[in-house]
Amino acid sequence: MVARIAPGGRASSAPLLGTDTEPTIFEMSSPGRSAFQLRSTFVPATPLTELIATEHLGDHVIDIAEVSERDLVAHFTRLSHRQFSVDLGAYPLGSCTMKYNPKFCDAVAADAGFNSVHPAAPAALSQGWLELMVTLETKLCEITGMAAATLQPAAGAAGELTGLLLMRAYHEANGQVRSRVIIPDSAHGTNPASVTLGGYEVTTIPSDERGLVDLAALKAALGPDVAGIMLTNPNTVGLFEEEITEIAAAVHEVGGLLYYDGANLNAILGVVRPGDMGFDIVHMNLHKTFATPHGGGGPGAGPVAVSSRIAAYLPGPKPTLMADGTYDWTTPERSIGRVHGWHGNAMVLARALAYINVHGGDGLTRVAQYAVLNANWLRERLRDTLPAAYDRTCMHECVLTSSQIKADHQVRALDIAKSLLEEGFHAPTVYFPLIVDEALMFEPTETESPQTLEALAEALERIAQRAAEDPEAVRTSPHSTPVTRVDEARAARRLIATEDAASRNTP
Amino acid sequence: MPDYIPHTATETEEMLSFLGLSSLESLFDHVPSAIKLAGGLTLESGKSEPDVAADFARLTRANLATTERLICFAGAGAYDHEVPAVVKALSSRSEFVTAYTPYQPEVAQGILQAIFEYQTMISRLSGLPIANASLYDGATALVEAVNMAVGATGRQKLLISAGVHPHWRAVVKTFAAGTGHVVVEVPLVNGVTDWTAVRRDDVGAVVAAYPNYLGVLEDMHGAKALASECDALFILGCDPVAASVLKTAGQWGADVMVGEGQPFGTPLAFGGPYLGLFACTDAQLRRLPGRLVGQTVDTKDRRAFVTTLRAREQDIRREKATSNVCTNQTLMAVTAAVQLGWLGTQGLREVATRCAQGAHYAFDQLVGIDGVDAVSSAPFFREFALVTKREANVVLDRLVDEGFFGGLAISQLTGGPDPSLGDDQIDRSVVITVTEKRTKSEIDQFVAAFAKAVS
Repeated sequence: MVARIAPGGRASSAPLLGTDTEPTIFEMSSPGRSAFQLRSTFVPATPLTELIATEHLGDHVIDIAEVSERDLVAHFTRLSHRQFSVDLGAYPLGSCTMKYNPKFCDAVAADAGFNSVHPAAPAALSQGWLELMVTLETKLCEITGMAAATLQPAAGAAGELTGLLLMRAYHEANGQVRSRVIIPDSAHGTNPASVTLGGYEVTTIPSDERGLVDLAALKAALGPDVAGIMLTNPNTVGLFEEEITEIAAAVHEVGGLLYYDGANLNAILGVVRPGDMGFDIVHMNLHKTFATPHGGGGPGAGPVAVSSRIAAYLPGPKPTLMADGTYDWTTPERSIGRVHGWHGNAMVLARALAYINVHGGDGLTRVAQYAVLNANWLRERLRDTLPAAYDRTCMHECVLTSSQIKADHQVRALDIAKSLLEEGFHAPTVYFPLIVDEALMFEPTETESPQTLEALAEALERIAQRAAEDPEAVRTSPHSTPVTRVDEARAARRLIATEDAASRNTP
Repeated sequence: MPDYIPHTATETEEMLSFLGLSSLESLFDHVPSAIKLAGGLTLESGKSEPDVAADFARLTRANLATTERLICFAGAGAYDHEVPAVVKALSSRSEFVTAYTPYQPEVAQGILQAIFEYQTMISRLSGLPIANASLYDGATALVEAVNMAVGATGRQKLLISAGVHPHWRAVVKTFAAGTGHVVVEVPLVNGVTDWTAVRRDDVGAVVAAYPNYLGVLEDMHGAKALASECDALFILGCDPVAASVLKTAGQWGADVMVGEGQPFGTPLAFGGPYLGLFACTDAQLRRLPGRLVGQTVDTKDRRAFVTTLRAREQDIRREKATSNVCTNQTLMAVTAAVQLGWLGTQGLREVATRCAQGAHYAFDQLVGIDGVDAVSSAPFFREFALVTKREANVVLDRLVDEGFFGGLAISQLTGGPDPSLGDDQIDRSVVITVTEKRTKSEIDQFVAAFAKAVS
């Protein structure tokens, strides 16, 4: 037994960002070792077999892990050293808005006065939480130009589906049977996936040579069976849909609704609002726009705000300011129902409100201005190295293309992204949007300094030069990261998704 | 003006001049002026962090139901467990907190390996071979499970036990409006699902909870037999703490296990962010929602981890994806791996055992109070439902005065009449929970206060 235990607990000898493989917690386990400590309760320790009928009890001990606290700390600390993060360096991952996450917002949310409240606590005993939620809803409505909001959706995609169910409920209440939702070919993948789950068919329309919605194609796709359109503005190419008023008029004319995918709301804060553009339903990604930490892939929060004609359909129960000045839960008259087990990702909501309050209206406008300034500066700075896919003023992100480098040196966008990891930066988003050949989507965000942007540009220039001189080095990069390129095909072909599957696969 | 933007005035000017622009506003010249916001947002001006902190302190003071102030006997999917200092310290490491989805495995082995370890632990607890990298919460995990079942069977009718948490059932119904699933709630009799009367035609999924939301441990043979008879998927919602000592979902023959993972190191936090647990059989692998981490090797043949079977996901499969999930709850999954690693094999069993011991110790005394009866005579694990001679809300209000968050009114959870409990009982019933944190003296005082509250 002991023989199969891998070396572990070597924190003092583990190199920073080392390239040694870290054993799994299971490999580090030693039978009988433990870390846990529980309080003394003096509750009678009746054996479980006397409390629970045997037919319900498991027939074997489920093996979890058996490590000391010291080794546990070393293990997860070493894993953290094998992980890039915003706190470590620039993370220009387009569409994901990896800006600095203020520590203050984490700290205020972590207060026990928020953190240790049970979600089913009576309203009278959780007035602080309800007031926070109502305040946040009100501010999000002001920011988006909408009338009412729900905070329940746990992430952007959950917000999208909630929005589509609102669209469906609205049309059904008006006796309308509509079957299609239009999305541009540049849309995020979550849009078509949500449309299907909302019970609609997707109609995809092309972008024009400017990278914008092709208005003629849109008009041709419209009809009485169209429930609505989902748009991101600025769109996923980082460009503002300048004909949005015409788009809105056309969709409204056939009785459709406009859904705003708020993935890029950070670009227009305080400048222009979805409600004023003609949108009826808006979701926001609080983890993007309002800088709550992304947690390695979540949690996010995806509140949905709507115009007044859709407010009655919002999910419930909803935190509400009552006539007597107290807060309580109410359910909108024609509510579609719950979309979350409780009230949404409450701690994320608290962080977002803290962020909004530190910035205020003027500060949020600066956020948008500097996000757009940084993206345009980077686009212009890289003009000769990686030209923009669409040579226009961009918003908070720029989509560049390496198609010339591919043609000249057979070095792909992915290779450039991988080389950037070696230069100390996170990679941009690659091969998205799908309509751009060899796309590299950079979102520098407003919290990166001009010096950081210059360093990023110089790193990309070095990579482009290397692609010309030694393309193989770029194609095989990165070389100095904790692991080099991984065999993704093997991972899929011979699936090993647990330690137990790994043990079975070891000869 | 406080904010986190580093640019000096000179730098801003230089950058604008590089772009041939004269002002920050001119960056937005291409936005039609007719729709531009004149005069900016009508929000308060920005405040410094200490000023905002003072405002937030007023809000936290208005939250009276903290676990510091009221001893918590409430549960229903959100449990007051011990979270040790080591878990808080490791799960708040900024390398985990401020990363995003591990799209670049070369610089994301930390998150990827932590998820792999989490998947292993959830797979073992469920008794099923595959666990995904997390979903939003228990309720939305169930939505994904029923979508998987409908996809697998081509049949849209869902038989859902009324013992499944009322909020979870509500969320399934909400999303069924889009997918067109037909939701049939199967009533409880004496706290146990009565599967006998249901129609067996066209069933895609049989859904039960173990224990159910009244705390009852139901014999799952009937639900499994029904699912087999209908050729439907059997979906079991599990309390993951109880799962460490009970028969696993896999042993009961479930195709899918879903659960609320909050008990694994995540604070009560007013309901979120929590952790949606999802595990399934190999047969359902291609329909798995959300991300999955797999083990492979790098070009130097070193072990490495990577997100895999990506062709199921929305960014590739778009309208044909198995789910629309993108951002999930990774940080909570990492937290769960740390918490479970700290508890370990013995510790998790000890927590589960202590929950059951405390609950039975409390139950035995509470049912001895005049005017208090058990809702069900069936076995229970860590929570149980009582019916009293008084309105549940009156009893709970009186308990608050004595320093206890004494449980949940079942009518509050169900929001009205419900097939889980008779109309004559529902307003007088509470569900009470005991975790490993509750001491004998807290339970004794609670029992005394409860007797007073119903008298």
